[in-house]
Amino acid sequence: MSALAHVPTGSGQSASPPPAARPGRHRFLPYLLLLPGAAWLFLFFALPLLQLAAASLYDPNGTLSTGYALTWAFGNYPTALQQYWPQFTRSFLYAGIALVLALLMGYPLAYAIAQKAGRWKNLLLVCVVAPMFTSFLVRTLAWKTILSDNGWLVGLLRDVHLLGPDGRLLATPIAVVLGLTYNFLPFLVLPLYASLERLDYRLLEAASDLYASPLKTFRRVTLPLSMPGLIAGTLLFFIPATGDYINAELLGTPNEYMIGNVIDSAFLVRLDYPQGAALSFLLMSAILAVVFVYLRRAGTEEVL
Amino acid sequence: MSRVSRWFAQHWVMGVALLVLGYLFLPIAVVAALSFNRPSSRLSYDFNEFTLDNWRNPCATSDMCDAVLRSVQIGFIATVAATALGTLMAFALVRHRFRGRSGLNVLIFLPMATPELVMGTSLLALFVAGGVPLGFWTIVIAHVMFCVSFVVVTVKARLAGMDRRLEEAAMDLYASEWQTFRRITLPLVLPGIVAAALLAFSLSFDDFIITNFNSGTTVTFPMYVWGAAQRGIPPQVNVIGTAMFLIALLLVLASSLRGRRARRAAVAVAVPTPTATSRS
Repeated sequence: MSALAHVPTGSGQSASPPPAARPGRHRFLPYLLLLPGAAWLFLFFALPLLQLAAASLYDPNGTLSTGYALTWAFGNYPTALQQYWPQFTRSFLYAGIALVLALLMGYPLAYAIAQKAGRWKNLLLVCVVAPMFTSFLVRTLAWKTILSDNGWLVGLLRDVHLLGPDGRLLATPIAVVLGLTYNFLPFLVLPLYASLERLDYRLLEAASDLYASPLKTFRRVTLPLSMPGLIAGTLLFFIPATGDYINAELLGTPNEYMIGNVIDSAFLVRLDYPQGAALSFLLMSAILAVVFVYLRRAGTEEVL
Repeated sequence: MSRVSRWFAQHWVMGVALLVLGYLFLPIAVVAALSFNRPSSRLSYDFNEFTLDNWRNPCATSDMCDAVLRSVQIGFIATVAATALGTLMAFALVRHRFRGRSGLNVLIFLPMATPELVMGTSLLALFVAGGVPLGFWTIVIAHVMFCVSFVVVTVKARLAGMDRRLEEAAMDLYASEWQTFRRITLPLVLPGIVAAALLAFSLSFDDFIITNFNSGTTVTFPMYVWGAAQRGIPPQVNVIGTAMFLIALLLVLASSLRGRRARRAAVAVAVPTPTATSRS
């Protein structure tokens, strides 16, 4: 996953077009190089999205076995939204809270590695990525052990009266948010680190020489300069966290289900393709809208 | 400021960072510990009794080993295909001018920004509409699709950071285009390609959401864990989890050692000896 850190750099480097090839030679070479990959992405990424859009407008009375008719049933959207509004808002709420928690943890971590770690920098960076080497599901199941009712954590919290005598963590919203925070934290830290690593330490010294308090230095110098990494990181965190349903399924109960759980069951259990497709499409549009507004507010549109 | 508070002011960020790293490693420690556990019952996830049995017989539940093997096969095929497709695209993007470049950049960027859920469901919708039977090969198709973009980005970063003058120098010394590619370009880009391949394999091996929608009845390792989570996870799953962690860690350490040597080699290529050029 470490290549995610390259995302901002990669798109930045593509800004300057390469020099023109020597005239007359290799005129078709670039197209030959591009054809297989571009065709694959078109056939199995772009085309399916069109098919998903079509499926979301299928006649809701059809079934998988009898086949669906494309009746431009736009009513699928309001129906689905009405029925699953709580799960929909919950997805954004949980992902939003998890994002705030991840920022509180991830920013100091990225800053410390970039500016304070010295020769331990690479080792600490490997430590950020290393937990992702273990399977996502196995890691999430480990949280089930940590948060379990007779585990040490719940015992400790009960002893200090942060939890009631029969209070629990597993199967609560806290567990789901904690799982989301945990699983996507490295996606936030890596781009943030890439930005902070390029931060010139002398600028911070200059600010404090000019009598800026540490807090003011952070607000006026560090934070603005780390903005590209912060934006890339929050998006790389927020997009998968909103669409995730593994944490809600393994650490929560149906009361904590997110929109992903609903879409999963629409496609794989209830076999209600029109509704599943409509919800999928709504999720994508909602995420795109949030991302777009966010990028406008953050003032850097070059990221996309 | 007292000495204590100054020390605190300078080091609190590192303190927080180490705590966060502890948080990141906590579940890994639990997975490693549980791999040595003899559970009291199938549905218990608490540490009961120390045993080496799980490591001695990782395939005690043969379904799980079949699933791991299938994941390795899928990962291998998807990695080879995605690395080939992605590397070719990266070369075209960095080395050539062509029409439709910005559109293509969007097509490459979007899969990385789209929720997996949307990619998984849309591909399922396409396969169902096209009457394609779900199984091993639909998983491979899906994995190649989401790995390609990551390969392009990784190889592109390596290519863009490469010194073009090394190739020009080779051509000036009468190396043919093919020789220049074989002897100069490829060795210099290879670390990027290897990194991209490793990334692709780890993405493919660990993917659950997209696979879940496109697998039919084929069971990969993450699918196995998902299914087993309902009826109780065999402790051997933690053995696989720990082993994956250790193997990946070894690969990263080995590549960082090699990276150091490769940088020295790059310097050696930049200053070629007369014998090296006369041999080609």
